Amino acid sequence: MKDFAYVRAGDVTTALRAIAAEPGAAFIGGGTNLVDLMRQDIERPGTVIDITTLPLDEIEETADGGVRVGALVRNSHLAAHPLIRTRYPVLSQAILTGASAQLRNMATVGGNLLQRTRCLYFYDGAAACNKRRPGSGCDALEGFNRNHAILGASDACVATHPSDMCVALAALDATVEVESVRGTRRIPLVDFHRLPGDTPDVETAIAADELVTAVELPASPIAVNSRYRKVRDRASYAFALVSVAAALEVRDGTVAGVRLALGGVAAKPWRAREAERILLDAPATEESFRRAAAAELASATGLSQNAFKIELARRAIVATLSRLLTDGSAA
Amino acid sequence: MTLTQAQSPPRPGASGRLVGKPIDRVDGGAKTSGAARYAAEYPYPGLAYAALVHSTVARGRITGIETAGAAAVPGVLAVITHENAPAMKPAPPMSVLNLSSLATGTRVNYLNTDEVHWNGQPVAVVVAETQDAALHAATLVRVTYEEFAATVGFTAEEPNAKPQKSDMLQSGSASKGDAEAALAAAPVSVDLRFTTPQHNHNAIEPHATTAVWDGDRLTVHEGTQNVAWVRDHLAARFGIPAGSIRVISPYVGGAFGGKTMVWAGTILTVLAARVTGRPVRMMLTREGVYRTVGGRTPSAQRVALGAGADGRLTSLIHTSVTQVGRVGGGPEQVTSQSRHLYDAGAILVRQSLVELDTLSNTIMRAPGESIGTFALEAAVDELAYKLDLDPIEFRMRNEPERNPIDGKRFAHRMLREAYALGAERFGWSARTPEPGSMRDGRWLVGMGVASAYHPSWQLPANVTVRLSADGTVLVRCGFHEMGMGGATAQAQIAADALGVPFEAVRVEYGDSVLPTGPGAGGSGQTASVAASLLTACEKLKRSMLALARRSSGSPLRGRRLNGLRARDGGLWTEPGPGETYAAILARAGRPHLEVAVGSDTRVGAMVGQARFMAKFLRDRRRWMKAACGAQFCEVRVDPDTGEVRVSRWVGAFDVGTVINAKTAAAQLRGGIVMGIGMALSEETLVDPRNGRIMNPGLGEYHVPVHADIPPIDVCYLGDPDPTMPLGLIGVGEVGITGVAAAIANAVHHATGRRVRDLPITLDKLL
Repeated sequence: MKDFAYVRAGDVTTALRAIAAEPGAAFIGGGTNLVDLMRQDIERPGTVIDITTLPLDEIEETADGGVRVGALVRNSHLAAHPLIRTRYPVLSQAILTGASAQLRNMATVGGNLLQRTRCLYFYDGAAACNKRRPGSGCDALEGFNRNHAILGASDACVATHPSDMCVALAALDATVEVESVRGTRRIPLVDFHRLPGDTPDVETAIAADELVTAVELPASPIAVNSRYRKVRDRASYAFALVSVAAALEVRDGTVAGVRLALGGVAAKPWRAREAERILLDAPATEESFRRAAAAELASATGLSQNAFKIELARRAIVATLSRLLTDGSAA
Repeated sequence: MTLTQAQSPPRPGASGRLVGKPIDRVDGGAKTSGAARYAAEYPYPGLAYAALVHSTVARGRITGIETAGAAAVPGVLAVITHENAPAMKPAPPMSVLNLSSLATGTRVNYLNTDEVHWNGQPVAVVVAETQDAALHAATLVRVTYEEFAATVGFTAEEPNAKPQKSDMLQSGSASKGDAEAALAAAPVSVDLRFTTPQHNHNAIEPHATTAVWDGDRLTVHEGTQNVAWVRDHLAARFGIPAGSIRVISPYVGGAFGGKTMVWAGTILTVLAARVTGRPVRMMLTREGVYRTVGGRTPSAQRVALGAGADGRLTSLIHTSVTQVGRVGGGPEQVTSQSRHLYDAGAILVRQSLVELDTLSNTIMRAPGESIGTFALEAAVDELAYKLDLDPIEFRMRNEPERNPIDGKRFAHRMLREAYALGAERFGWSARTPEPGSMRDGRWLVGMGVASAYHPSWQLPANVTVRLSADGTVLVRCGFHEMGMGGATAQAQIAADALGVPFEAVRVEYGDSVLPTGPGAGGSGQTASVAASLLTACEKLKRSMLALARRSSGSPLRGRRLNGLRARDGGLWTEPGPGETYAAILARAGRPHLEVAVGSDTRVGAMVGQARFMAKFLRDRRRWMKAACGAQFCEVRVDPDTGEVRVSRWVGAFDVGTVINAKTAAAQLRGGIVMGIGMALSEETLVDPRNGRIMNPGLGEYHVPVHADIPPIDVCYLGDPDPTMPLGLIGVGEVGITGVAAAIANAVHHATGRRVRDLPITLDKLL
């Protein structure tokens, strides 16, 4: 790991000034991804600004019945919080399927948003990767791409976003609050991560000098009946091949409301708007779920090793919605 | 994970006072308290740290190596490359007459050549004042290559495989009758192709070396499975006498075969210490282990079986293709079990090899049989289904009385009894045979079974045993402890043989200054040491009796050893008088009495080696010796996603006498855990474009996690093998064999799908 300067920011303003003064600096929260990337010589910040003591670790109910989550709330804390477990079970479940208990104890909400892809070629400095070295090419296109994107990819990049938490946040219409010396702004979670296009190195809508300060969950009665399903190669400590975050409200056998997002399929958490459109006001049956899943994945394309994910995603959507019907949020 | 204690039905005469008991391992306290010191934990004044730079091409020549950037990092002491490294001698030629010549990891003379032979070969070593500086500076070394065409894809090269030559230790092919003709004539048959991927080592302790030169004397701290091989190999490479080298390895954090050979890290740490004149430590990164330590070969296998309508096998064909590196590695006995498991009328086994521009393959827990039993035992299950026979019944109909391939006697074989015991504990009779017929809620449930099989080995072991006047016993033997409980088992054996308390015995091991022990391999270490230890204890008792008989005051005067019993710290007539060892020594004015078995003089070593080969060949002519067992598993398969989860396991083993019920069960259970990884998730991703391992780490190379492992019930028959010391058969490897097949068979039972390509990932079941 390259030598770096370390400073600890005592308050948000100091942190924002520090990063504004040094464009190559990086904030460090839990460090569960950043430190790995620094060890791999992929991230090379000249200065690391420790923000772990900033007062951004509260989970509060908002006036409109939503929940505001500070950016430094630890993943394990968020997953265990009664407000989250009762009102947004999908979020609690999603977090608990991620990483390991030790990592969740360290990882922060803000850091989870900003974690980087697990593409094998991104991690190997000897490989071509447009995300790591723009213009160098993409070794994953014809290489090991079993875990890669089936939606929204480009010739430049086929990597996926690895977060589970973000998939739930996408389904829940969460908003990300970011702050810089220039002020505060809010970015809908679904717009926070970007598809690769020609610039896969630009992964999020956040500017280099901005700090994630909070994630806001709107009041969402439908989210009480929600669940997260992660499909992976081993029972724990593996990234999703496909994951599904879903919330469902059924009245008189008809879908009165639905939220659906997919993980492991694209460079961003994939909000399944097309499936939601088809499901709304449709009979709450497996047949409808199948139709919606097929429509959402109509534009999906497989690479040499990951075409199975298209079928897997269809099945995971149908299975998750079906379980919501029968078992609700219960594990 | 819940664990059930291994149980064994009592068998008279199979064990002594302590042998067989679940005694806590003697090193447990040191390990759990952190007092145990591993190779990378020895402090030395002036210690420097080394890091490797790996090649990024599979084959080529270094045309430029830019080290200024690395050398400029504060704290860097040296950047060693082929341009400035001192000369080393090439690896000694391999010979079965000198077993330590087998220690060569690769034949590459590191940093003495500009040639690159595999993607990941070390091309430079950076030595620095700190670990961090060394690792960072290593990233700054810039290497340019002239690339040569390389052959790195196993699958593409498979058609060019060449038959494996036989040598004294291994045979590449064998046959009985005309198996192809018998297959063609068989009324019921299967002819199947199986494939398994490369696997890599992931011991909890990555390889580490601390090397210290004192003039021309060298001390090496190294986690190894063979201190003598490390010593001899380093002596050959650095041109100094083996007697000038001491290799110390009291604790090894897991090895599984990966610490048997001498790999680049060890040699280059010693080189770095010589260049810098400082004690040097190198801890390989996890990636470094993948790039410089070999793994298990990938394989392509054909298993064809023919049977009559009566369910008797008429033909068994098992052929394999595996990989070696052009710079090293060797054949793995993929078809070994197929020569011994079934009484087929005609048998053909044949192993072939491809040679690739990759790192050598190397030993990994049950090399050959782990993947060979997958193919054979999955094919047997398929044929049983075709015959509409219960897979256990089918096996019992084909259980041989003598070794099928050549008619030799089995030294010991209780596979029938293992199946009976396992089936009872597992509840096999509750299984309904139709695929997809068992469910638990939404889960498809499958139950599968397969045979486990692994030959037993015995190697030379030199041992000294000293009995002191205070009643304590010191056993010294340079054997190895990678977590198996070897020292505990040998203390139990010595305490029983001498009739002293367990606590009175101290065992010294893991140091090349000790009498040369066996390497930890082939599941042979415990038996090998036990054989010499028992002889030594017998000698010691004779010497002790002789000493006592010299005194007119001894109640043992005029007694013969075979009329005495060793108990209560001495020799006693039954039920009459006797004497403690302490009393005998005190009367004789001796502080202690010591005996030796085997000799480490040059002549003694040659005699030992010759004796070993003679015994090995004699035994092989007379008997087939092996551990065997029956693996039972239950899996649950998600019908929507194809996810497979193992929900229950019973392993019933015939491993002769069990020395320590606790550590033996742990070994067998560990083998099963490793087999579950092999079956469901482990796969080294070698990019076929450039031979580069793309998942060199625990994040993306999926060993099982706790949540993947169900309760594992391990049981054994406890019946001694009359041809082995104390009747024991090694337990280190048999546990992994048959596991992948049992799972594949259970997956078929759950889903109706046959997956013949490991690992059984969910995409293969969609």
